[in-house]
Amino acid sequence: MSPRRTETGGRIDRLRTIRFTFDGAPYTGHAGDTLASALLANGVTLFGRSFKYHRPRGLLAAGVEEPNALVTVLRGEVREPNIPATMVEIYDGLVAVSQNRTPSLAWDIGALNQLGGKLLSAGFYYKTFMGPVIGPLKGTRFWMFCEHFIRRAAGLGKAGVAPDTSRYERMNAFCDVLVVGSGPAGLMAAKAAADQGARVILADLEAHFGGSANWSGETIDGMLAADWAQRMVAQLGGNDNVRLLPRTTVWGYYDGNTLAALERVTDHKEVAAKGEPRQRYWAIRAGTVVLATGSFERPLVFPGNDRPGVMLAHAAQRYAVEYGVLPGQRIALFTNNDSAYRSAAALKKAGAAVVAIIDVRGDISNEMRRLASDAEAELLAGHAVIATEGGKALTGLKVQRFDAMSGALSGDERSIHADSLLMSGGWSPTIHLASQAGAKAEWDPARQAFLPPKPTQRWIGAGAFTGSFSSAEAIAEGRAAGLQAAGGAASSAPLPVVEAVPGDPDPAPVFEIKAKGKSFVDFQHDVTAEDVRLAHREGFVSVEHLKRYTTLGMATDQGKNSNVPGLAIMAEALGKPIPEVGTTRFRPPYTAVSIGSLAAERFGDLKPERLTPMHDWHIANGATMYSAGLWFRPMIYGLAGETVEQAYVREAKATRESAGIVDVSTLGKIAVQGPDAAEFLDRVYTNMFSTLAVGKARYGLMLREDGLAFDDGTTWRLGEQEFLMTTTTANAGKVMQHLEYFLDVIWPELKVTVTSVTDEWAGAAIGGPNARAILASCVTGTAVDNAALPFMGIVHGRIAGVPVMICRLSFSGEMAFEVYSGAGYGNHVWEALIEAGKPFGLVPYGLEALGTMRIEKGHVTGAEIDGRTTARDLHLDWMLSKKKPFIGSAMMDREGLIAPDRLELVGLIALDNRPLNGGGHIVEELDEANPHDSLGHITACCYSPALGKYIALALVKGGKARHGTRAFVSDPLRNRFGPVEIVSNHFYDPDGSRMHG
Amino acid sequence: MLITCPYCGPRDVIEFTYQGDGNRERPQPASQNLDAWNAYVYDRLNPAGDHNEIWQHSGGCRSHLRVVRNTVTHEILSTSFARGGHKTESRS
Amino acid sequence: MAEYSAFSLLKNALTGNKDWKPAWRKPDPKASYDVIVIGGGGHGLSTAYYLAKEHGITNVAVLEKGWLGSGNVGRNTTAVRSNYLLPQNTRFYEHSMKLWENLSHDLNYNVMFSQRGCLNLAHTPAQLDDYARRGNAMRHLGVDAELWGVGRIKRLVPALDVSGSARFPVLGGLMQPRAGTARHDAVAWGYARGADRRGVDIIENCEVTGFLRDGDRITGVTTTRGEIRARKVALAVAGSTGHVMQLAGISHMPIESHVLQAFVSESLKPIVDTVLTFGMGHFYISQSDKGGLVYGGDLDGYNSYAQRGSLPIVDEVMSEMLALFPGLARVRMLRSWGGLCDMTMDGSPIITTGPLPGMYLNCGWCYGGFKATPASGWCFAYTIAKDEPHEFNAPFTLDRFYRGLIIDDKGQGANPRLH
Repeated sequence: MSPRRTETGGRIDRLRTIRFTFDGAPYTGHAGDTLASALLANGVTLFGRSFKYHRPRGLLAAGVEEPNALVTVLRGEVREPNIPATMVEIYDGLVAVSQNRTPSLAWDIGALNQLGGKLLSAGFYYKTFMGPVIGPLKGTRFWMFCEHFIRRAAGLGKAGVAPDTSRYERMNAFCDVLVVGSGPAGLMAAKAAADQGARVILADLEAHFGGSANWSGETIDGMLAADWAQRMVAQLGGNDNVRLLPRTTVWGYYDGNTLAALERVTDHKEVAAKGEPRQRYWAIRAGTVVLATGSFERPLVFPGNDRPGVMLAHAAQRYAVEYGVLPGQRIALFTNNDSAYRSAAALKKAGAAVVAIIDVRGDISNEMRRLASDAEAELLAGHAVIATEGGKALTGLKVQRFDAMSGALSGDERSIHADSLLMSGGWSPTIHLASQAGAKAEWDPARQAFLPPKPTQRWIGAGAFTGSFSSAEAIAEGRAAGLQAAGGAASSAPLPVVEAVPGDPDPAPVFEIKAKGKSFVDFQHDVTAEDVRLAHREGFVSVEHLKRYTTLGMATDQGKNSNVPGLAIMAEALGKPIPEVGTTRFRPPYTAVSIGSLAAERFGDLKPERLTPMHDWHIANGATMYSAGLWFRPMIYGLAGETVEQAYVREAKATRESAGIVDVSTLGKIAVQGPDAAEFLDRVYTNMFSTLAVGKARYGLMLREDGLAFDDGTTWRLGEQEFLMTTTTANAGKVMQHLEYFLDVIWPELKVTVTSVTDEWAGAAIGGPNARAILASCVTGTAVDNAALPFMGIVHGRIAGVPVMICRLSFSGEMAFEVYSGAGYGNHVWEALIEAGKPFGLVPYGLEALGTMRIEKGHVTGAEIDGRTTARDLHLDWMLSKKKPFIGSAMMDREGLIAPDRLELVGLIALDNRPLNGGGHIVEELDEANPHDSLGHITACCYSPALGKYIALALVKGGKARHGTRAFVSDPLRNRFGPVEIVSNHFYDPDGSRMHG
Repeated sequence: MLITCPYCGPRDVIEFTYQGDGNRERPQPASQNLDAWNAYVYDRLNPAGDHNEIWQHSGGCRSHLRVVRNTVTHEILSTSFARGGHKTESRS
Repeated sequence: MAEYSAFSLLKNALTGNKDWKPAWRKPDPKASYDVIVIGGGGHGLSTAYYLAKEHGITNVAVLEKGWLGSGNVGRNTTAVRSNYLLPQNTRFYEHSMKLWENLSHDLNYNVMFSQRGCLNLAHTPAQLDDYARRGNAMRHLGVDAELWGVGRIKRLVPALDVSGSARFPVLGGLMQPRAGTARHDAVAWGYARGADRRGVDIIENCEVTGFLRDGDRITGVTTTRGEIRARKVALAVAGSTGHVMQLAGISHMPIESHVLQAFVSESLKPIVDTVLTFGMGHFYISQSDKGGLVYGGDLDGYNSYAQRGSLPIVDEVMSEMLALFPGLARVRMLRSWGGLCDMTMDGSPIITTGPLPGMYLNCGWCYGGFKATPASGWCFAYTIAKDEPHEFNAPFTLDRFYRGLIIDDKGQGANPRLH
């Protein structure tokens, strides 16, 4: 066991011991540990298995870019897969398990895939598994057979089925300056902006602010950089105009300087405090953004670079300085740049033996030589690592002389005994957010890195993000950015003084050591340098083809480790400079974001529920409800033991025999008011409304601009300049927008206002031979007889003291009235009507009975006005006025809309006396085995108590011409076939004598 | 995207409903010119660049706005009421 | 022996994979061709492939402004289905389905078409009837469709919330068992390789900057790599249709370019073994062979060429996803992207001769273009070769809007963002 906890050091709280389990085994760590640091301190070297070859893997990184050490965190039954152990803060009772291994991390059967080695090269899937051309496995069968096993072998963690019981929260925030990243640059920016009085938000994805100051070991203003950072944070925290967001990843840069961030509020806690959500999703509208997001250290590509024990140099430094954990006892470093020397010094200081520094560069500066000798490390300049040794932990490595210009290896191999190998392949600025914001990154040949593009939105960069890798530069740029962002003048005040080991920020342009063995570029996805070259050989040379063909950069770290080395290897193969291969455009999210956080409050509450004022009454009186869009409406008021059909037949029958009442509050209602209201309605409806008398209603039909039927309903003329329009429930919003568009954009000269009043009115439709008697018994202030209230007439009165408006119109075909009252009194009026109806056997009826009666009458609804039918198709051509143009009138006669083979509305009667199904089709010749030549389909169907038959409305080719003929219903989906007679859609009381009374 | 409604001020795109190409001209209601009607109903300018569009502030004042917006950068160049007046210049 | 096979893999493995040939050549453009196909996406490449294979026309160039397959074939949610309501669409997409079923063999390239089914969930009785109407319409055209009950749905997708307490309870669903998913990039590469092997020149990084004309007639194109002449110039540029047609002097089209976002989660062990759609919003999901959940929803809802989406749709899609899968709240979205969709006025595509002499137009795929790739190329190649449409694409004319012969599967009218 080579990694260990140091005796002192780190910001962990050594007095607090935390107990947790990993793969069932109990471990302890200290407060402040991550799962990665705590396991490392316990000597764990094996953290995960790779995706394809199931190779044993250890920690590569210490932060968000970790590709290997992915775990699933369990909270009871609820699983959170694929979390880097580096980002899990331990708490008492933490349960974490490793992933993608069977049966255990140490012994994984999937590792057999490695035997397939060269066979499983990049793109091998595309070349095989196609199977035989003939026989039972032809077509897609063979592939699907293979795929079954491939799918089970692939995949990382396992997602859960148990619903997550956590709460997620969304916050909309506004600030003058958003600072992303809290290293020296970010802290200075936040401070400078805050001092200008700007509203500042400072976000960092780590638990502790400070960024590199937390582990650099440098001195700022005479104190340890980490202490300086804490002092800055304390100062910022005291400002009312500063909001500090630790554990907050800014993951998306959207249009209009809107940034999306995820705050992990309680993931690090054993128990959330009262009211705390698990995570909070921040949508931040920032005046200016300061991007101080730092940089990532890159791995080097060489054989065996994936062995557990091979780690990024700065990551080891972080483990040592921040957590007091050494990744090994005998540490070697392999680098192409100066930064690794600082890591070596820090590790030496923390108590490790640094056995060697292997540098690809032949020329090493005196300062770096001094650092190496201070660390008592052997300096192997002009050398490279060509192999590593060990199984689930590193035992040693081999080096050879290396020429950085030619990449050639020479001389004898030499073995070095080490249990930890730290690598540094240079640094890449974290430019993801800038890239998301728009423009393309630019390659800097000196830094050997992509630098941020010119801003396309309002952001300013600072620090390592811009390629300025020293703390002194970061501090200067940070302050300047903060001042600029807050609109302040540049400052000449002295800056904090940094004491740091100098170093050259530019690495040698060496990315890969070509030697025998697998050299990994993308660790998680097992993409090797050889895979990149294979992609090149096969012509997949553009950066996007490289990614897609090899899956390089498609793992959960999204190429944070692999992008640049992969590009460099492709560029070399092509003999082109790196920028000519291109760079990928980064898209949101910067790191993976929980789906729960994005749903936020809508998790478990997708859409609002629209309830009518009488909703509770319906429930209390046995209604079975169902959704109609956002509304809930009664389907039936079933009695004990009744089927749905028995219930609606009873309700419809009772209505036709005596009286029934139905809640129609969901109908869309629009107040159309103004001097030009009548003119406007003449243009909107196909029929005339300007001729409608005050106190009367009329049924109206609207077309769309393209001449197809749009919506129907009655509109009531309440005054010379005032109409109340009703629409179908489903189209209420659409009709409203339609009217508003015409008034605002097309006909601004019309003096009309439209107001949605759907929610202001409650509506009850009461119909049946006794409906008038019931009303007469409870309405005061107006008569309701034929003279006072003729068909389509409107009166105002009171029911149970509440003002009501009553219109005599009928959907059921019976003598019927719609009673409207203020929504707040809707239930009061409803109950009064129910009470008044008792002597008459009034029944409440639901949508099924409503539908039954409308089918018997042959009225159309949304099932027939389905966006594809014309007025003629629905036999509503009598409503198309020839006296005036109206919306759709110019377009409705185009050849396709008057073609003879269009579907037309008809009625159907089942001749076998069995129920029909909505969506069943109609054919001339029945062929159950091989249904064909559909003539049309059933739009609505029911058992008709009035006819004593199963009937339906249907849209059928040739429609009217087929009245009186026989056809067949053909419904293979539900195996319902049988003879029907095609009849008129007006089944019941076609001349309307019942409703005219 | 933030759209500056001349009445309500800058608001998030979620409050708005897109009503498409603002260059279309509706023929006079009584026009029998079917080509003109077809062009109005079906044909759209669809530029990659600045585009004159109609948006409704459906989650706000419900006014229709004429918005000049770049369809490549999503930059908003100006907004005004579709029925005229109150033009605002803004940058997204 | 086929160039790609288990045997060739083995043979090459033994020689260190040094002998694989480029999947397609990288030729310089010639001065002229019989046919130029503008657009090296799925449709352009399949058009070139079928021109060569079905019609023997091999003097063909495919011009791609960026890298091959960089448009929607490289960024989509990979569903393949033919579960349409209207017969014009069903016939066309079923032809496509049949081509899909043999595509890997045809191309000697495993496009990983996996017929795991496509299930449209219904949440109200009216919706179930609507789906039955569609399913029966399919069955009457010889296309597979089944109506599934809740129990069977739950067995297929155990993670789905089918409890009655859901805001929109699942009442059933319309299943097309032969539907499924394919590996989208492989489709582009397979067609490119197939076309290339038959002599087609695939020319990447070659952007069309204008058209050569002889009077009205199109006689070629100007490009960033010079002038290229052709007897026939065919456009298959999807989201860029408006822009390219403008180069030909046609500024108005029955098309709007919209952005559609899609999302991929981190890789998971299998949990969604079909293509699933939510009926009370706009949401669809499947799971790739690598384990990522691939899902998406509605258009952002405004014209865009930016290939970048906005947050409101992100939030909406995730909310709908959790309404179906409340156990996935802790799963994490890893990638998102925005694709350009050429939305037509009725939601159906255009594959036609013209509108200018010498020009052929393939566009208007809305967000259903991926599954159409084989049939689109097949029908377009036929149309180019014969100067008249095949019966499968005869309804998909440009003048159908004017004539009222609209093919509006969703019944939304001339409002592209609603299709």
